[in-house]
Amino acid sequence: MSCPTSPSRRDFLKKSATVSGFALGVTLMPGIHPVSAEQTATESLSPNVFVELDADGQLHVTCHRSEMGQQIRTAIAQIIADELDADWQRVTVIQANGHPKYGDQNTDGSRSVRRNLERLRTAGATAALLLREAAAQGWQVDVSECENDNHTVHHIPSGRRADYKTLVGVAATLPIPQSDAVTLKPRSKWKFIGKVMTSVDIDDVVSGNTTFGQDVQLDNMLVAVIQRPPVMFTQPVSVDDTATRKVAGVVDVITLPKATPPAAFNPLGGVAVLAKNTWAAMQGVKALNVSWSDNAHSSYSSEQFKQTLIDTARKDGEVVRKRGDALTELENADQVIEATYYAPLLSQAPMEPPAATAHVTADSAEIWACTQTPQSTRQNVAAALKMPEEQVTVHVTLLGGGFGRKSKPDFSVEAALLAKQAGQPVKVIWRREDDIQHGYFHTVSAQHLRAVQDEAGTTTAWRHNTVFPTISSTFNASANSPSNGELRLGFIDNPFDIANMQLEKGQAENHVRIGWLRSVANVYHAFAMHAFADELAHAAKQDSRDYLLSLIGKDRHIDLAAEGAEYDNYGDPIDVYPIDTARLKNVIRRVTDLADWDQRHQQKRFLGLAAHRSFLSYAAAVVEVVVEDDGSWSIPNAYMSLDAGTVVNPGHVEAQCEGGMIYGLSCAIGQITADNGQINQSNFHNYQVARINHAPQNIHVDIVESTTPPGGVGEPPTPPFAPALANALFAATGKRIRELPIPLSLS
Amino acid sequence: MKLTINGKSRQYDGDPQMPLLWYLRDELHMTGTKYGCGMSLCGACTVHIDGQPTRSCTLPMAAVSGKQVTTIEGLDANHAHPLQQAWKEHNVPQCGYCQSGQIMQAASLLAKNAAPSDEEIDSHMSGNICRCGTYPRIRSAIKSASKGEVS
Ligand code: FES
Ligand code: FES
Repeated sequence: MSCPTSPSRRDFLKKSATVSGFALGVTLMPGIHPVSAEQTATESLSPNVFVELDADGQLHVTCHRSEMGQQIRTAIAQIIADELDADWQRVTVIQANGHPKYGDQNTDGSRSVRRNLERLRTAGATAALLLREAAAQGWQVDVSECENDNHTVHHIPSGRRADYKTLVGVAATLPIPQSDAVTLKPRSKWKFIGKVMTSVDIDDVVSGNTTFGQDVQLDNMLVAVIQRPPVMFTQPVSVDDTATRKVAGVVDVITLPKATPPAAFNPLGGVAVLAKNTWAAMQGVKALNVSWSDNAHSSYSSEQFKQTLIDTARKDGEVVRKRGDALTELENADQVIEATYYAPLLSQAPMEPPAATAHVTADSAEIWACTQTPQSTRQNVAAALKMPEEQVTVHVTLLGGGFGRKSKPDFSVEAALLAKQAGQPVKVIWRREDDIQHGYFHTVSAQHLRAVQDEAGTTTAWRHNTVFPTISSTFNASANSPSNGELRLGFIDNPFDIANMQLEKGQAENHVRIGWLRSVANVYHAFAMHAFADELAHAAKQDSRDYLLSLIGKDRHIDLAAEGAEYDNYGDPIDVYPIDTARLKNVIRRVTDLADWDQRHQQKRFLGLAAHRSFLSYAAAVVEVVVEDDGSWSIPNAYMSLDAGTVVNPGHVEAQCEGGMIYGLSCAIGQITADNGQINQSNFHNYQVARINHAPQNIHVDIVESTTPPGGVGEPPTPPFAPALANALFAATGKRIRELPIPLSLS
Repeated sequence: MKLTINGKSRQYDGDPQMPLLWYLRDELHMTGTKYGCGMSLCGACTVHIDGQPTRSCTLPMAAVSGKQVTTIEGLDANHAHPLQQAWKEHNVPQCGYCQSGQIMQAASLLAKNAAPSDEEIDSHMSGNICRCGTYPRIRSAIKSASKGEVS
């Protein structure tokens, strides 16, 4: 790979300097190469927005999805290079700006591969066909006698070969074939897809030669740090910036417009300090003396609110799925097993706090941001500046993690508004404190479950009520009931084959901005569902694995429509991606084999299990714990089996399983709380995240080889971790964990 | 005041209270050293001061007068420190944001302990957060670098 020194990057730097009218202060974006479509030399072949072969035969692949550690830049290069039969040494990755010509760029929902595999293969295959046609024309042979082979076209009967660089000129003059005229390689011929390949960015990462959102530097740029309202939708009543303006390096203090409901993707308002460097801006903010207004959220206490949620969960909810008659079964039962589960607010806390840089002129705006969503960044910046979208350019940097936080373009809008007002480029830095206190939180939830078992221990009724402030409240301030979109995440798609099942939801107000976090509602739904399933196994005096398999029941494709449940299957067709209980059971069997489950008692090991389908993939986790006499616990081993259908890079999928489980561990030990409407946590001393000493000592990953269509990878490994951990701690201590966070010491 | 950064001598005349991190990032545009918390809680900003791993986010410039500072950019002239090689062989990074700090912190461990145990690795590295969860690979990479296994 030749990332840092490709010709197109040099072209870009030249061009960008002239087009945008200001010189870039330092080398822009090592490892990130903005899209080259506009700067295409005449001698290049670019039949679509993803592929460009230049006159030297270098293949420039455009990655339109945001890179946040999932190695999508590498995966997209693998996919396109495969169909083109390229030489991997002659492949460069260019990072696309935000533009609708790429189709959807919102990098969330674990869909970069599942929605783009065929499309990108076709993009590569189109260029491959044009190269074959160009060679055939030159040799005056039939194109069917030619094949693409390692950056050449090969005429099979004669053995002649032509390097791609010799074909680019002619190929570029040929009519671009319709995509249905393009044939894709058979799977057996894949040479990059399905192979472990090193990240295209790894050299830059280990040498510190990377540009994240926080790293962008422009000439004449100010850095802004913002003191945001401590309570959502409040505003400054008075601002005394006397001390701030005395801080060396502080240039200006700007009060941002007040935010009004709904929160949407808008800035929260507050008071911004603009300075010549980050330190001065931070010091300036500390020196501010602001008093804030009050509102209805000012009395929000997360501890009181918890009780409200739990009370609601224990009452009758609104039925969202019904099979048989669970209510009658529960009423007539001698004994009901019931439990309430609770999970607190969480912050995504990506390692890189949000940051965006803006340069705004009378008729243009340029943004550099660590965004998961460059197109909505473009739209929201354009709206905030009252400028046509066409005049807004959004450059996507590397993302130091995203986890859903960077799906919100609010921080780019802040930068745009401030740059406009300042009349010079502005970089908005979110401090860690800003990130933890003013983000879009993973919602708090309470769930109540009730079940009945017959004499044989078979569960005959299951009633589950879920209650949480909804993400919809971020977009519609009056929304106070879980949305279908959230219920579809691991709740309404309950895979258990129980004769009587009733699923309900209850109402909850919101007092903070709610957003997405890796796997979203799957996280708390899987926790309650699988911890409770383990309770049922215990009540039935049966092995947890065997009981879970029997709860799931026979191999089948679950038909939710037949039970009146609305289900959108992550936006993909249910016939292509059914809810397949055989695949769910398969990962359970595989992960328990991997963990030596059946030998655990003899070996005196304490294991917990959970398995969950999300984002069209099937993930099962086994967690092993050791609990010391003092109540501290550790995880010597964690195991995962993942069936994500076709995978592009098994090495990176394995890494996502490792990281996704450790993220699940953080979700199980962290919490955000609030008093007087204000978040109590502020940084990593009081917001607990998993450190190396908490992480599993060994993680064992099994990727199921599959030819089914690709499912999601980034999110599915997270949900089963917390319930598997809670179940393991029960195995070790006999104590049920129904409430998160799990303390690092149980005594 | 004078200091040396990656072998190059530098003159600094600004606010002596400004942490080294912001001098590196904002003034020298050496952005390999990252900001993650600003409170010595995450390790993203780790550099070496006279060989000692130090959180540059809380280290005032006044404290580095006359010192030798090494950052990720200068850890090895060819970016081929055994740990950088081990990081590549084990495909450690995900998003990469924490990794400069992880490598700098690990380098100071190997400098004083050629063959650290798991416990020693965990205790030396526990101040460095990785939100992507690359910890198991960090352990493996440190071990293989310590054994001289990397090519
Ligand atoms: S930024 Fe210095 S330790 Fe976190
Ligand atoms: S690799 Fe992303 S935070 Fe460590």
